[in-house]
Amino acid sequence: MATNTKYELKPGPATREAFGRALVALGRENTQVVVCDADLSKSTYTHLFAKEFPERFVSCGIAEANMVAIGAGLAASGKIAFVASFSAFVMNKGFEQLRVTAAYPNVPLKVVGTHSGISIGEDGPSQMSIEDLALACSLPGFVVVSPADDVSMFELVKLLAYHPAPCFIRAGRAKAAIVYEDGEKFTVGGSKTLLEGKDLTIIAHGLMVAEAIRSAEALGEEGVSVRVIDMYSIKPHDVEAVNKAARETGAIVVVEEHLVDGGLGVRVAQTVASGTPCVMEFVGIENRYAESGTPESILDKYGLLARDVTAASRKALARKK
Amino acid sequence: MTSAETPSFTELEAISKRVRRSIIEMITAAKSGHPGGSLSAVELLVGLYFDQMKHDPKNPKWPDRDRFILGKGHAAPVLYAVMAEAGYVPKDQLNTLRKMGSIYQGHPDVRFIPALEASTGSLGEGLSVGLGMAFAARLNGSPSRTYVMLGDGEIQEGQIWEAAMFGSFHNLDNIVALLDYNKIQLDGWVKDIMALEPIGDKWRAFGWHTITIDGHNPAEVRSAYIEAAGTKNKPTVIIAHTIKGKGVSFMENNPKFHGTAPNPEEFQKAMAELA
Repeated sequence: MATNTKYELKPGPATREAFGRALVALGRENTQVVVCDADLSKSTYTHLFAKEFPERFVSCGIAEANMVAIGAGLAASGKIAFVASFSAFVMNKGFEQLRVTAAYPNVPLKVVGTHSGISIGEDGPSQMSIEDLALACSLPGFVVVSPADDVSMFELVKLLAYHPAPCFIRAGRAKAAIVYEDGEKFTVGGSKTLLEGKDLTIIAHGLMVAEAIRSAEALGEEGVSVRVIDMYSIKPHDVEAVNKAARETGAIVVVEEHLVDGGLGVRVAQTVASGTPCVMEFVGIENRYAESGTPESILDKYGLLARDVTAASRKALARKK
Repeated sequence: MTSAETPSFTELEAISKRVRRSIIEMITAAKSGHPGGSLSAVELLVGLYFDQMKHDPKNPKWPDRDRFILGKGHAAPVLYAVMAEAGYVPKDQLNTLRKMGSIYQGHPDVRFIPALEASTGSLGEGLSVGLGMAFAARLNGSPSRTYVMLGDGEIQEGQIWEAAMFGSFHNLDNIVALLDYNKIQLDGWVKDIMALEPIGDKWRAFGWHTITIDGHNPAEVRSAYIEAAGTKNKPTVIIAHTIKGKGVSFMENNPKFHGTAPNPEEFQKAMAELA
C-alpha cells in the first residue's frame, strides 16, 4: 500500500535473506568469517554462505547449545564467528551457553536469530520467538539489534561482524517493506528518525517500523503531527533520541513484535522515567503465546497492525491533554 | 613446555607434591572450595603443563600454543597451582583464592587471568568451546592441540554428547578430552546418582579413540598423551581412573571433600602427609 509520506514501503524480502547475503559479502572480503548452523541453513539463509565457502561452514546438527559454545571457541580463537538458527531455539536452548561462553568472558560471538516474533505464521508458538530481546538484553555487554528491512539488515550484519562485543541480530521470516535506500548507514546505539513530528512519537523496530509509518500517515490525515523513530539498536538504545522525543513531543508509543515484558518499550520507559517523564503507551504481545495462522491474520488478531498503533497513539494523546 | 628436554618422572612427582600442598593451603585459606576433585586431577595437569603441552608462560597468547580448558571449573585450585608452578601467575598470591580482588576467582575467569583459555564453572560447556578452538586451529593450519578436562559427574550433561558427536563427525584429531574419573560427585558416588558405565563403550560409540589409564601414574599419563597425539582423523578421550582427594588419606574416596575446605586440624594433618 502506497503512503502519502516519503516512504513508499514497497514490498521487500524478509530480513533473513539480507542476513544470508551479508554473510556471503563478508565471506568474500574476510577469510576469518565462519558460520555455524544447526540444520536450518535453508531457513536462515546461511546456505548461501555454505555453498560458496563450504570449508568455513560448520555443521553442528540439531544441537543449539553445543553450537553456541562451538561458536564461542571459534570466536575466542580469532574467527569472526556467526551462529544462526531460529531465534526461539538459539536464544532459549543456547541461553546458558551465551551467558557463560560469550557474555561473561566478553567473547565477540555473533548470534543471529531468524523467525523472530509471531509473523512466522503457520508454524505456531513453539517456533515464535517473543522473548528473545528480553533474553539478549539481559546479557551484560551484548549488543542487540532488530533491523526493519533488507537494507538495514545487510548493513548492520556487515557492521557488527567487526564489532568487538558479542552481538544478537534479530531477523524475521515475513516479507519486510523497504524503508531505506541503498547506502544508508547505521551505528551501534543509533536510531533513525524517519518522520518528524511534534505531537507524538512512535518508536518501533523490525517489522513494526512500517506499521508505525502507516499509523503516522493515518494520524497525519487527522492533523496529528507524528514523529517516527526506527530504534533498530535495542541495546544500547539511543537515549538522546528518546529524551528529545519526550521533551519535544510529550508522548511516546513503543510498538514491537515481542512481549511487552522485557522488550524495547521497557528500556525506553526506563530512559523516559529517569530523564523527561512523559505519557507512554506500549503495543506488543501481552503476556501470552499466539497461535497458527497466516502472518497477516496473526498480526491482526494479536494487535500488531497500524490500526493498533493508531489506537494506542490516540490513547496517549488523550492522556497527554 | 617449549624446551626439548623431557622431565623425569621423579621431577614430575616432585612438582605434583608441591601442587598438592598449594591446593590444600589455598583452599584452607579460602575456607571454601573443592579439594577432592583438585587433588584427583594433579598428575593429569602436571603431565600437560610440564611434559606434553607446547606453551610459553612468557608468551601466553602465542597463536600456535596448545590450549587447556578446565571443563570442571570447580577444580580451579589445581589449575591455579599448576599455572603458578609454570610461571603464568604469582605463586605467593595463591592464598588469596576466592577473596575479593584476587585473580584466583572461585572458578576460572579470563577477565582476571587472560592466560586462561576459557571461563568455566557451568558444567558441560568446556568441551564445546575446546572443539571450536580445535576447529579454528585446523582452519588456520596450526599445529595447536586442545585439551579439555572433564569431571565424571560433568559428562552427565547432555551437551557433552552433542560435543562428542561434533568432534568425531568433523574428524578433529587435535583435541583430547581428559576424563578425571574419580567416581564421586557433589551428592555422593557417581554410580548412585547417574551411573556412567560402560563409559568406554559410550565414547567409542560416539566415534572417539578411547585410552584408559591410571590417572595418577606419570608414565601412563605421558604415554596416553603421546598416543592421543599420534591418533589421526578422530578425537581422543583419556579415561583416567583417579582417586578423589588423592594424596590426603582422610580425603581419599570421601564425598565430604568434594566441596568442603579442611579445618585447621585437618590442614595440619594433610600437610604432614604431603611433607
